[in-house]
Amino acid sequence: MAIGVKVLKRPTRETSYLRATLSGMALTFSHIFRPKVTMQYPEQRATDDWTLSSRWRGTHRMLTDEQGRAKCVACGLCPQICPANCIKLVPGEDENGHRYPLIYEIDEFRCVFCGYCQEVCPEEAIHVGVHYENSEYSRDRFVYDLERLCAQTHPVSTLWDPSDPKGE
Amino acid sequence: MTFFLVSSAIKVFVVFNAIMVGVAMLTLAERRICAWMQDRLGPNRVGPQGLLQPAADGLKNFLKEETYPALADRTLFTLAPLISFVPALLTFAVIPFAAPLPTPWGVVPMVVADLPVGFLYILAISSLGVYGIVLAGWSSNNKYSLLGGLRASAQMISYEISMGMSTVAVLLLAGNVTLTQVIAQQQQGGWFIISLTLAFLIFFISALAETNRLPFDLPEAEGELIAGYHTEYSAMKFSMFYIAEYSNMVTASALMATLFFGGWDIPFTSWDQTGDPSVLKTLATLAAFVAKTGFFLFTYIWIRWTLPRFRYDQLMALGWKVLLPLALGYLAVIATAIWYLHAQLGWTYGTPFTLALGAVNLVLVGAVVWWLDRGRIISASTAEVA
Repeated sequence: MAIGVKVLKRPTRETSYLRATLSGMALTFSHIFRPKVTMQYPEQRATDDWTLSSRWRGTHRMLTDEQGRAKCVACGLCPQICPANCIKLVPGEDENGHRYPLIYEIDEFRCVFCGYCQEVCPEEAIHVGVHYENSEYSRDRFVYDLERLCAQTHPVSTLWDPSDPKGE
Repeated sequence: MTFFLVSSAIKVFVVFNAIMVGVAMLTLAERRICAWMQDRLGPNRVGPQGLLQPAADGLKNFLKEETYPALADRTLFTLAPLISFVPALLTFAVIPFAAPLPTPWGVVPMVVADLPVGFLYILAISSLGVYGIVLAGWSSNNKYSLLGGLRASAQMISYEISMGMSTVAVLLLAGNVTLTQVIAQQQQGGWFIISLTLAFLIFFISALAETNRLPFDLPEAEGELIAGYHTEYSAMKFSMFYIAEYSNMVTASALMATLFFGGWDIPFTSWDQTGDPSVLKTLATLAAFVAKTGFFLFTYIWIRWTLPRFRYDQLMALGWKVLLPLALGYLAVIATAIWYLHAQLGWTYGTPFTLALGAVNLVLVGAVVWWLDRGRIISASTAEVA
């Protein structure tokens, strides 16, 4: 079917807009006293009908174990799947054969926040977070190293679950 | 003489600053009221409730770069904002804004210059402002600016006539062009809005057009002309056009209050104009004047954020085919009525006179509204998907 074209029924003769004008004025005047929809951002981060979704994919966060070490086992899946190529991972191994990241850096400028790193991570270590306020005064501060990723405290994204599409 | 000079200098200083502050507040009021009408809050970040927003805007405009188009006429391009800015501020000089103020040195009339030609001065100076707009459009060397300037001049000429015609009725009734006399006459026998309702409506519509405000802001018409005559302007020169527009609004509102709503007169009491002048009277009448002017300024903003812009031919048709014949016809009727009451019945101006003219006006306004409306009511245009 072709795209529906809106056809306005225009008045064919000259018309008076007197009443339309007056009712329009009444309408705009009544709106002055109606409740406002503006959310006053820095003070107000959520309103009754709007909050940040728990599926929001924002600033990354590395989860840690009980000893405070990053859960990452340096398997290399996240740099592999990353479509923006923003994760830099240099794996290391200790004397017990446990692998850990020597260097783990995420460039938040390159990142497209697709959340694939979180999806592929077998250890549930790297996550995208429900957080968006990450401005800095210099560009190099946007490359987050392992220490900084572990120090983030915001909630992590729940991502989208195909078996529960509506997030219930 | 010294007293006159000193008091005039102080009045000039105070009125100039009051208008500039008023204009600044008006830009804020415009933005906030339009926001409220659109269910938003508007600028409320700078200072309490955004009160310092105009200061921030002004500072920004001072610090911005002044750009000159390569092919612009430099002299006229620089001069044009001044030409539109100065007359806009000059016009307020003859408007009385309060009852006379007693001082230890004598009574000071609360009007910057009580010119004997008062009202004619306003008509003369306010039309000068259009030169600024036309020159800005021409000197920018930009087709959009030029179109904006041309539209401004055509619009100004068209509406100047009906505006002048509507005020002739005021002069017939007041018998004087001095604005203090116009106010005195209204205090004596009732505001002219009752006796000259239709003249007020014509004046009001013309004033909207004269100040280039929506729905008549065709010189700007950003949909078609980018920004019209001030497309090429930046920084403080742009700001001056802005200030000129808003101070024109202030003057037009003050003029409407003065000509038709008794100026600084406080209704239903003669306390304010009889007896000795006192500071309290001056302040009270000043408040009355500010309230009336503020109401019209609000109406300006209210109309702007309600009505869409006219098409150019509609604008011209309204000016020449509706308002001008209406104003001329009205003038004939009201002059006859005044002549009849004065010469045939021997009435002098007073409340019965006003009421009699009010009855005439009621009939005329009813007729005009009926003629405008006469059964051709539009239903809101309906849409269907074909």
